[in-house]
Amino acid sequence: MPDVHALVNDGVIKLKKRKIEGSKATAKLTAELLRSVISQQRIPHTNQAGALIDAIKAVGEQLIAANPVELAVGNIVRRVLHIIREEDLSLTTAAIGGLSLAAASDDEDDLERDHPALSAAAIAAAARSTLRPPSLQTLIEDMPSSAAVPHASSSGGDSEEKSKSADKNSRSRKLKHNVIEAVNELLQDIATCHEQIAEQAVEHIHQNEVILTLGTSGTVIEFLCAAKEKKRSFRVFVAEGAPRYQGHILAKELVARGLQTTVITDSAVFAMISRVNMVIVGAHAVMANGGVIAPVGLNMVALAAQRHAVPFVVLAGIHKVCLHCNLVQLQSAGSFSGNRLQDYCLHN
Amino acid sequence: MDSRRAPRTVIDPKVRQVGFFAPPDRAQPDPSAASSSSPPVFNSPSGNSLSPVMIPPARPLPFPPLHLSPFRRRSSGESVPAGSYNPSAFASPIGSLKDFDGSIPSPGWGHRGTSGKHASSLPSGGFDLSAVKPNSFPAISLTTVSMVNMPAEKDGGLSGASQNEQSANAKPLKEKTSKAERRALQEAQRVAKIAAKAEGSKAPPAISGSVTSGTVKPAKTAKAPFQKKDSSSVAASEKKGGDRPPDKDKKKDVPQPRLQFDDKNRVEKAKKRAVVKQTEARNRVELFRHLPQYEHGTQLPDLESKFFHLDPVHPAVYKVGLRYLAGDLSGGNARCIAMLQAFQETIKDYSAPPEKALNRDLTGKINSYVSFLIECRPLSISMGNAIRFVKTRIAKLPLTVSESEAKATLIADINSFITEKIILADKVIVSHAVTKVRDGDVLLTFGSSSAVEMILLHAHELGKRFRVVVVDSRPKLEGRLLLRRLVAKGLSCTYTHINAVSYIMHEVTRVFLGASSVLSNGTVYSRVGTACVAMVAHAFRVPVLICCEAYKFHERVQLDSICSNELGDPDAISKVPGAQEKSCLDDCTNSENLQLLNLIYDATPSDYVSMIITDYGMIPPTSVPVIVREFRKEHFWT
Repeated sequence: MPDVHALVNDGVIKLKKRKIEGSKATAKLTAELLRSVISQQRIPHTNQAGALIDAIKAVGEQLIAANPVELAVGNIVRRVLHIIREEDLSLTTAAIGGLSLAAASDDEDDLERDHPALSAAAIAAAARSTLRPPSLQTLIEDMPSSAAVPHASSSGGDSEEKSKSADKNSRSRKLKHNVIEAVNELLQDIATCHEQIAEQAVEHIHQNEVILTLGTSGTVIEFLCAAKEKKRSFRVFVAEGAPRYQGHILAKELVARGLQTTVITDSAVFAMISRVNMVIVGAHAVMANGGVIAPVGLNMVALAAQRHAVPFVVLAGIHKVCLHCNLVQLQSAGSFSGNRLQDYCLHN
Repeated sequence: MDSRRAPRTVIDPKVRQVGFFAPPDRAQPDPSAASSSSPPVFNSPSGNSLSPVMIPPARPLPFPPLHLSPFRRRSSGESVPAGSYNPSAFASPIGSLKDFDGSIPSPGWGHRGTSGKHASSLPSGGFDLSAVKPNSFPAISLTTVSMVNMPAEKDGGLSGASQNEQSANAKPLKEKTSKAERRALQEAQRVAKIAAKAEGSKAPPAISGSVTSGTVKPAKTAKAPFQKKDSSSVAASEKKGGDRPPDKDKKKDVPQPRLQFDDKNRVEKAKKRAVVKQTEARNRVELFRHLPQYEHGTQLPDLESKFFHLDPVHPAVYKVGLRYLAGDLSGGNARCIAMLQAFQETIKDYSAPPEKALNRDLTGKINSYVSFLIECRPLSISMGNAIRFVKTRIAKLPLTVSESEAKATLIADINSFITEKIILADKVIVSHAVTKVRDGDVLLTFGSSSAVEMILLHAHELGKRFRVVVVDSRPKLEGRLLLRRLVAKGLSCTYTHINAVSYIMHEVTRVFLGASSVLSNGTVYSRVGTACVAMVAHAFRVPVLICCEAYKFHERVQLDSICSNELGDPDAISKVPGAQEKSCLDDCTNSENLQLLNLIYDATPSDYVSMIITDYGMIPPTSVPVIVREFRKEHFWT
């Protein structure tokens, strides 16, 4: 569809040329793009989820290739894929339940003729899976059932096409609809991640605290300001974060909002950390094994905090949670550097 | 250095004498000059029996002092006659700090900027030749002599003694002395009056009364609150002069508190006596209220204009102070050598007033110079040790010797201190450290340390194949100068900012760091950022080697970097050179919510340090108090 392709190309170019900066903005762009792809995608009657998944994968690969450093793109793509699979699963289990109830008499002989044992097992499994939380066992059981269910439903559809066609269309519409709803929720989450994180600020910052941070992050600014709104008094040491000197930007922002700020050089972090109560930083991405990808210099801060037993808090929105594990430091082209943390605390 | 200890007849092995015990006859006329010509690192004094717990000192020097080791070749380019104080150094414009012209100053002592090109040629070129002869101290060139107009009347009102003829000689200049100086004069006179009274009641001769008053009234004397080592060392010399029971030395061992800058009264008093009137910086960090923080750069033009009018301070000391203030002279060794040479100048030009004793008067003068230097820039620990040494030497001068002889002795002593403790010590350190550099090594260093630079260059000349990673940090960015010098010599270097040190540490095999001082608990007190580098190296299991001369060791203990530090210019943080859009903090420096903290030093815990390389050998951090205790006494107090 030319519409969608144009949109996708547009997005790819934006990412390539780094016109969009920041993980939040790229996540938003990616999610919106995928949403439009989904809504425009014409899906066949059979294996709808698979078709959607393929389409998303294709687009997603393009987007990731455009900006490999920005891990948020890949995260969002994977989340959308996960949404599709989830929605599909819930729909099919509901359908199976509905199918068995509504058309038990009609299809019974057909089903029994084709897949007697399977249908009963499939129904039972589907019923169970809707009730139980997902686990390895349910996943393994569901797989043959989900493979069989479309088959069964398709065979049912073949045999009862006229009566089922209405159902089918409604199901396909439902899938798209649900997926788009879920993607909207995701977008909502991304947009409000700052607020949601900031709400928890008061629980963690008490009076007369000294907080250390490095570089700049929108989440951190909101977090600290939320605490200030709630009348907590604390001071902030900002390490400047050369060579980009983003600490200066953060300091300026904090001063404008009325917080007591002290700017220190990165080399003074070890000297000052003995007087610091907490380290709060933003991250570029959080890896599956707990590692954090953050602006360069944070590893030093983390080691110093570990040495002085200072809590190290990383603030990250959901779009930053990554599915890779970082075993080695990321040899990235950008000005980010890999980071290994021994001890962290994640907020979502 | 000679030994004045007379042979001890009885030594009970169970009792180890602590502290000082007077030799039977003090007035030994043995010339101190003779021993300086070939000073071993430890003297094997004739007939001095050692107590069993003392570490035997007899370790011969690895090479004779006159040996020109190969790595001195590089300084042959700067042919400055030995020991002379290059007069162009005096006239060098202080303004041209930052330009690095093509000539390469010797790696001397980590100089910043190269208008000190002349001065940097001084330390290395100045002492490597036959200059170990103590009295081959060539005459200072005429320009400097001419600047010294009034040698006798140079004593300022700040000195503890010699006031009477002060007022007489200073009459034509009286209208120039400001109210603060007059007030200081009065205070000094009052102090001396009390000292004279105290002196009259005391039996042992030649005790500096100002010292007594110094210990008695620490707040009044201009120097004691500034310099804990000052009064303690002078007190020590006082005790040396007479028979003292050892328990008095315990008072010496407890350091006097330094000037508490958060105490308003004391700060006010100190300000009245100050020569350099610094304005306090705005937006001071609360945590560091106990340290002085002044506006940088505001005093320089003022002091420059007052150069010929400022009588109390000798021009040589004035010059050194200005260079400190301007930031032209940095690095522990360089500052120490410059200060000692300035003191040599002053001693040369000094002539004692007739009715005053040389010791007391000269000590008072040195005190005043030291307080001036402190106002320009707080002393480093190495400088403190050197000052203590000078004062000890002054106090130990026998009374019967003539003034010119005394002066010559002192000058020779200072020369030998510089030679032994700094120059030769560096050679020894280099010879030890190059054994730790193997082929294929990747060595990491931080900032710019003179000792480390010499090690790297020497290892390169020996033909070892290695590469260097230079880690730098804001705001001083001293690593760039080191980088230039290394690259000019052909070493392959990598340059990075301190933030990336954890990124690059995985390929590093050894870390060499310099130190401003090593404290008694093994803590390394060094340029800020050293602790971070050592920590990351420790996390990556890379050995950390500290290269530090032994004269920089100190018996103090420091637990963190906040109790004692130096605060630099806060504007250096807000200004990001070369990137206008990033200097966004400049606008909001006036906000009261914003503070800028520019620390100069930090304390590295001893567990990050694998080994310390000194001129006494390669020691673990736990051996530092041993060296301080054992060898300091032999050299300073004998």
